[in-house]
Amino acid sequence: MTTNHVELRPGAYADSVTLLQVSRAVQGLDGVLAAQVAMATALNVEVLTEMGFAVPTEAGANDMVVALRLDDAGALDVALAGVDAALRDANRRDDGPAEVAPPRTTASAFRRVPAGLALVSVPGANALVEAMDAVEAGHDVMVFSDNVPLDQEIALKRAAAERGLLVMGPDCGTAVVGGLGLGFANTVSPGPVGIVAASGTGCQQLLTLLDHAGVGVSSALGVGGRDLSAEVRGLSTREALRRLDEDAAVELIVLVSKPPADDVAAEIREYAGSLGTPVELVLLGPGEPDLTAGTEAVLRRLGRVVPDWPVSGSTAERGGGRFLRGLFVGGTLAGEAKLIAAEALGADAGHTFVDFGDDAYTTGRAHPMIDPSLRLDHLARAAADPETAVILLDVVLGHGAEPDPAALLAPAIAAISQPVVVAVVGTDADPQGLARQIITLVDAGAEVHLSNAQATRRAIELIGDAR
Amino acid sequence: MTTPANVVNVGADLFADAIADQAVAVTRVDWRPPMDGTDADLATLAADPLRRTANERALAAMLEVTATLVDVAPASELLGLEPGQFLHAGPPIAWERASGPLRGALMGGAALEGLVDDPEDAAALFESGTSVSLEPCHHRSTVGPMAGVVTPSMWMFVLEDAATGRRTFCSLNEGLGKVLRYGAYGPEVLTRLRWMRDVLGPLLQKAVQAVQDSGQGPVDVTGILTQMLQMGDEAHNRNRAGTLMLLRDLSPAMVTSGMDSADVAESLRFIGGNDHFFLNLAMPACKLALDAARGTEGSTMVVAMARNGTDFGIQTAGTGDAWFTGPAQLADGLFLGDYGPDDANPDIGDSAITETAGIGGFAMATAPAIVRLVGGSVPDALATTRRMHEITLGENPRWTVPVLEFQGVPSGIDVTRVCRTGILPQINTGMAGKQAGVGQVGAGLVTPPAEIFPKALARLAELARERAAR
Repeated sequence: MTTNHVELRPGAYADSVTLLQVSRAVQGLDGVLAAQVAMATALNVEVLTEMGFAVPTEAGANDMVVALRLDDAGALDVALAGVDAALRDANRRDDGPAEVAPPRTTASAFRRVPAGLALVSVPGANALVEAMDAVEAGHDVMVFSDNVPLDQEIALKRAAAERGLLVMGPDCGTAVVGGLGLGFANTVSPGPVGIVAASGTGCQQLLTLLDHAGVGVSSALGVGGRDLSAEVRGLSTREALRRLDEDAAVELIVLVSKPPADDVAAEIREYAGSLGTPVELVLLGPGEPDLTAGTEAVLRRLGRVVPDWPVSGSTAERGGGRFLRGLFVGGTLAGEAKLIAAEALGADAGHTFVDFGDDAYTTGRAHPMIDPSLRLDHLARAAADPETAVILLDVVLGHGAEPDPAALLAPAIAAISQPVVVAVVGTDADPQGLARQIITLVDAGAEVHLSNAQATRRAIELIGDAR
Repeated sequence: MTTPANVVNVGADLFADAIADQAVAVTRVDWRPPMDGTDADLATLAADPLRRTANERALAAMLEVTATLVDVAPASELLGLEPGQFLHAGPPIAWERASGPLRGALMGGAALEGLVDDPEDAAALFESGTSVSLEPCHHRSTVGPMAGVVTPSMWMFVLEDAATGRRTFCSLNEGLGKVLRYGAYGPEVLTRLRWMRDVLGPLLQKAVQAVQDSGQGPVDVTGILTQMLQMGDEAHNRNRAGTLMLLRDLSPAMVTSGMDSADVAESLRFIGGNDHFFLNLAMPACKLALDAARGTEGSTMVVAMARNGTDFGIQTAGTGDAWFTGPAQLADGLFLGDYGPDDANPDIGDSAITETAGIGGFAMATAPAIVRLVGGSVPDALATTRRMHEITLGENPRWTVPVLEFQGVPSGIDVTRVCRTGILPQINTGMAGKQAGVGQVGAGLVTPPAEIFPKALARLAELARERAAR
């Protein structure tokens, strides 16, 4: 039988919000049809009366009313215990303030810590928005993201140029800023060289060869592959050159790029000529010296000795195939190998040079320097192909790259019957350890070079032997 | 070049790890994809050269305004409102689509104005639509809580920006429970409104004018807001300290007004007994500030959030008078008596102008009692205010939150940041019964419908593209 229970608790107090919460908790108990725990203000008494409860006339605003409608009088004890428990719970305390949630935008992050620079690697369609946050807050930005539309790149770089800020990228894989490696970067000592690079792995090859020659690099600033195009017109290259020119530690600036659009080249040469620091151009492409030759020119200009670039191990016996198969994670390294091979063997001789870092292979998956599975798959296929004469690989070390690439490649290489030549781009101070990586690869049966150009020439030589 | 002291990493976490491995501090952004279909519009606006400075100007204009209480007078005088003209909360709406509480308030308003004797007869009047017209409060420099119905005979607070003379208006607060703004129109509701018209309004007018003419100058509403935020009010669902400070400023002049002492006593009791009395000053103060940002070409800042019980609408500084609307949501909260979720009407009222200006739900951290409306905790309140900083352009240096080390409240909702983060503005609100005549059924927390922000974004981007093409 339905029973109403109304009790006054003179002097008991809780705020109205707490009491609403208590009422809701008690309403959820078994046997409770309705519950209202409230201070007996005129408004609440009216509400209670409308609900059909008889509130004692002496009830005042400083009294708490507990009004319960039960489906059976036997449920009263449980219900009142529930009221007390809910009142207690309402006064519980949590253990201090919650941890502060991380920022959700680049703007918010710089509001919290207004220092340093931004590193953007979100999908290309979203990169401008984050990068612009950094520029508007007055900070340099490196855009690792690729697939950023050209007009967005121009808008970003113009906004940065107005503020004297540097945009590295888009599609900038590597930078060293005041010794800090960003993206995929090798660990090098500080030194007299400053690099401006439109190519990530090209920059890494230069960093590692200079390191082997005992020449340090203060900063290496990426500008993105399109910066010297006719549309972008070197907006980032100029700012990067200016920064390095201002750096007293930099004695020689090296600019690494594909040949710029013709009139842009003239503008940049003119700008470079206006600087106090000499600028050495290392251009990539047909008819230009390779990266290793470019590095040698830099060393000579600095008056340093050009070392012999190291080679370790020896290849397997030559087999019967005809073709060179180059499988690369570094785009510039693949391009360099292809050019050298074309000059030596002809452009359409059937040799292949695949860049697994190309957009065609990275849409929806990580860069091959992070996820090696796709290249390993292709490596097995190339090895199984009787037409394959020689296999040419690169291994890129440094911050951001996978922790032990040689260990992943070694079993695959050991299973290959054809000769395998590997260019390892790395330094002794890299997290993976250059020497350890080389030993692992050599033990697996590869011939290992530090120079990609030299590794390519060796592979070509082996093809020649096979013919 | 020097080694960076900090790197903000947005994207792949492994790059952040690599930086931390080199012993440089990393600030990791918890990036997530933006709202569906907004990539291109967000990029357009990021590249819009006008956006940043426009937003800076819009925010500064808003923060500069000081609202003072300069008059109390009938809407007929102040707004030229004529018999048959009704103002209501939210974006424009016709009777056919009006919700229960808005209909109830309109019916009560018609009876108050003597257009009908019995409120029940007013439905036919509004259905015919020949002798009555509906218009949003916002179109008349006015804001109205809940149904927000304003009729010619209602007395209004007049707030003025001393620097420009611009004014905004709001009706007087009736209290809680069965009141017109929650859609109730019973005899007690109309009796109270008549008393407010005949006694409270004229008395407040005398008091406000006397205070203004005295040496102390007009009541500084913005200043009271500054203080109440330090006293546990967030100025939307909790206005207790603000109401008492207003009484402190007005009561001497009320007592010496020369009006009947019983009327004065009743008025003092009415104001002091209505913790929400100050809400109707907080709201027009917020509108006065936000209106200063209206018409700022290129700005993506929200200048109004308002609901009519059916639609939730926003306006932005850069899109003129256009409303971007979607369905009003149901609040999540606690219910009075034995009311439950089935009794509640969707979100209603212009009071979200407080959140638009950075208080209310945005200042939850300073009013932890409010978070219990949804069974939350004090850490939730702190987290809510911090979260709102993710979608706002800046902070208000006057309105600060002691428990957050006196950080200014998050101010200037940015449409682009809402779309980027998917974080929706948090609004504290009362809940009206969905049947006309019921009144208040609860209170709780609510957010706008997400889709109105991409709609506003699309228009802002369209305007930016037109500018770029010029």
